[in-house]
Amino acid sequence: MCFEHYISANETLNLTLRNDALTAFPRKSALLLSLVVLTGLAARPAWAQSTVTEGQKLAFDRGKGNCLTCHVIKGGDLPGTIGPELKDLKVKYPDRNELAAILFDETKRNPQTMMPPFGRNRILTDQEISAIVDFLQTL
Amino acid sequence: MKARTSCLLGSLSAALVAFVLASPRVSAADKVDPVADARAFQNFFFQKFPNVKHEDFVNGPYSLNEDMKRQWQEKEEFPPYEFALDAGKEMFATPFKNGKTYADCFPNGGIGVRQNYPYFDTKEGKVVTLELALNRCREANGEAPYSYVKDEMASLTAYMAFTSRGKTMDIRIPDDPRALEAFENGKRYFYTRRGQMNFSCASCHVQSPGERIRAEILAPALGILNAMPIYRSEWSGMGTTSRRFITCNSQTRAVPLEPQSDEYRDVEYFLSYVANGLPISGPGARP
Ligand code: HEC
Ligand code: HEC
Repeated sequence: MCFEHYISANETLNLTLRNDALTAFPRKSALLLSLVVLTGLAARPAWAQSTVTEGQKLAFDRGKGNCLTCHVIKGGDLPGTIGPELKDLKVKYPDRNELAAILFDETKRNPQTMMPPFGRNRILTDQEISAIVDFLQTL
Repeated sequence: MKARTSCLLGSLSAALVAFVLASPRVSAADKVDPVADARAFQNFFFQKFPNVKHEDFVNGPYSLNEDMKRQWQEKEEFPPYEFALDAGKEMFATPFKNGKTYADCFPNGGIGVRQNYPYFDTKEGKVVTLELALNRCREANGEAPYSYVKDEMASLTAYMAFTSRGKTMDIRIPDDPRALEAFENGKRYFYTRRGQMNFSCASCHVQSPGERIRAEILAPALGILNAMPIYRSEWSGMGTTSRRFITCNSQTRAVPLEPQSDEYRDVEYFLSYVANGLPISGPGARP
């Protein structure tokens, strides 16, 4: 019903660049970095494993994503029941930007959602969200 | 345009929408109508949990989960709040240095009156909670006030709740615009999202009662104060209403308010009023 407010892929990308600018990252290397990430995604070299591990750590960390508060996630203990189990997400959301948008601010899709706006409220940085998305895509 | 309107509507909290649906008389720019609010509020929970007996809503998370209900019944055989109850009874009977007692400050000597708190004091123009009334009683008699979140206050309110068990919540809203305003203000506080996590009280206690947040089962907002004060294993002790409000705010990374601040008093007034007709069950024991 409210999907017209969905963050588009472009907006997400813009946000990444803007935040990198804020952290005084030279814009060029940020661009290079996202290129590397894109290539990495296609090929999935060994080092990509580390973003997945990092993403899982962030998702389970009580001071960070703390996603288990609400979601059943394979490999995590004491999950809550407020949100749906996180699985088969690659099938449901083939575009990783959709997952990033859900993490950034799910109230855009569903104004009443319980899910905290991790990106908008700066609970997680864009890099952290990106790592968690990598992890979610393995579920 | 149509989608937009529904999105705006969607941004109202679940229960507010429920109010609108349940009582078509309430228009968008509604007047404050506590009677209709209370009816809609109760119906929302009665419909959401058709198998829960109405008077059971006052048992917090236990009302919604059979396993937990069994745990609770076992707990009630050796209630962990018993020490607080005994202490409270003794404190209540012990005279202040000036020879007066708590009984002198309360209607009916303070026995069986829990269901009338909080009340709106038309002289002061504000909500007065039981905890506040107890400290005012102490101060009026030359004694130092107790901490609102610690054991002494919980012991006193435990005893006063215990003598009122089974009496039904009976909160009045006097014919005074300030009383209506306090109710409305409490309602607004309850439904407003805040803090880094963007939760309102209603997110947890209206939208998700019965769900587990990590290992804890969320209590329904209906009758949520009838069991106060409560013993919690997690606290290894008793907690007052003030303590619970502060804990809920800080656990969700919202800035907690001072105990007995106007907003907390108002939210207690709102939550107690919409529980009118449900029995006092305090003190309570929680996992
Ligand atoms: C306080 C509750 C809560 C927390 C914490 C939470 N979520 Fe959610 N999440 C939900 C709810 C509820 C939904 C259902 C959709 C909605 O409400 O819009 C959801 C939906 C989702 C979805 C869409 C699932 C689907 O099948 O469509 C994803 C992906 C997701 N969450 C990921 C996460 C991740 C990753 C984290 C941690 C960084 C997280 N969530 C933390 C409550 C939460
Ligand atoms: C993110 C979740 C969350 C939010 C937001 C929240 N609470 Fe809670 N609340 C809990 C949990 C968890 C408990 C302990 C389990 C239970 O009893 O529900 C609890 C318990 C309570 C209790 C005691 C219920 C009982 O019977 O033990 C009261 C009263 C209460 N909350 C009031 C509030 C108020 C008022 C607010 C808003 C200022 C609020 N809560 C916001 C999660 C929340």
